[in-house]
Amino acid sequence: MLLKMTLNGEPVSVEIEPDDLLAQVLRDKLGLIGTKIGCGEGECGACTVLVDGVAVTSCIYPAMKAHGRRVETIEGVAKDHELHVIQQAFVDHAAAQCGYCTPGFIMAAKALLDTNSHPTREEIVAGISGNLCRCTGYYQIVEAIEDAARRMG
Amino acid sequence: MWQNYLFPATVQEALELLAHHGGQARIIAGGTDLVLQSQRGQCAATVMIDITRIPGLDAIEERDGYITIGCQVTHARIAASPLIRQKAEVLALACGSVGGPQTRNVGTLVGNVVNALPAADGAVALFALEAEVEMVDASGRRWLPIAEMYAGVGECTINPCAQLVTTVRFRPLSDGWASAYQRLANRKALALPILNTAVVVGLEDGVCREVRIAIGPVAPTPFRAREAEAALVGQTPDAEAIVRAARLAADAADPRDSILRGSRDYRKAMVEVLVRRALTEAVTKAMP
Repeated sequence: MLLKMTLNGEPVSVEIEPDDLLAQVLRDKLGLIGTKIGCGEGECGACTVLVDGVAVTSCIYPAMKAHGRRVETIEGVAKDHELHVIQQAFVDHAAAQCGYCTPGFIMAAKALLDTNSHPTREEIVAGISGNLCRCTGYYQIVEAIEDAARRMG
Repeated sequence: MWQNYLFPATVQEALELLAHHGGQARIIAGGTDLVLQSQRGQCAATVMIDITRIPGLDAIEERDGYITIGCQVTHARIAASPLIRQKAEVLALACGSVGGPQTRNVGTLVGNVVNALPAADGAVALFALEAEVEMVDASGRRWLPIAEMYAGVGECTINPCAQLVTTVRFRPLSDGWASAYQRLANRKALALPILNTAVVVGLEDGVCREVRIAIGPVAPTPFRAREAEAALVGQTPDAEAIVRAARLAADAADPRDSILRGSRDYRKAMVEVLVRRALTEAVTKAMP
């Protein structure tokens, strides 16, 4: 089947199997390996991407659902070799250790800040409650997102 | 997994596709359960019929004395809906406790119902709201009480090869009515409930006119604690009456020993705690 979508601002057409999941298409067919597959069951959030601005777990998301939609992955977040404010805040606050969960956290944070530019701490915690991190203990991640919100004004 | 993925443009077309593929096709909405079932070999369907692009099935609205929710409506939209928060708060709270944000952004309330699990947060709230479900098949449309959707654990009475659910509806809670939701889980997010309870209370002159207590998972389907409800109707819902009702609910609950959810004894004891808390909260909110 032919999947057509807007991927990180660019129109993309890709031939896929009907039962391909979006994470597989991104990683295996389009070479965008920034999106990680952790649990493969929609539980850990490592595979989080945005579809029409909404965070989804791409490892259990039928790729055909993205047909005609706008998909954003971690590769589309930085612009012109400059880190996005959220990415820079993650660096500054040491919000990544092994880094495997980081793309998913940044996409979840982006979904949150795109719709709520001044979240409370509770809203930040709720916004990343679908993402697991085995290293950081979450504090640096929450602080990074708080700081990113401040920097974005 | 499946070999074809189709987007019908109308409910009629979806039914025709189901019929055409003679038992090989399944309806998919969010797919947060169905994709996993397919991966695990628990769903042998070779054709997925995605209903999320059919116009007219995505509304949350109040009309003709009912709140109606279309089958494309996600948990996230229900949790954030001002109408639901105001007039069926228990459902907003229940849907807001399903999975994590990503699951709620994709998974639907109707999917929660047709998967027929006794712990499903949204479905437990619908039992307390005495919801009805619109089922469509070749013979037409009809409204069924939510309880008639359940045949057993994970077993829906809907024939997935010939029927689909388009809408859920229930009466909005008006003045003197209130609801509450209580949930016990290992974590605050992304955790299946050990127990959950949805309560709806209607007060008149300080006396309970109607009480509905739904509990999951303490039976093969979401469970209504009828004895506990009856014990409160006609009574002033003071602390003593609430404790008595909560004990009756715990007596009637029949949870299993579960590695995932804890022992039967523990969970029966916790039913009393959760029902007491939920009743207290709902009664407080229902008072003028």
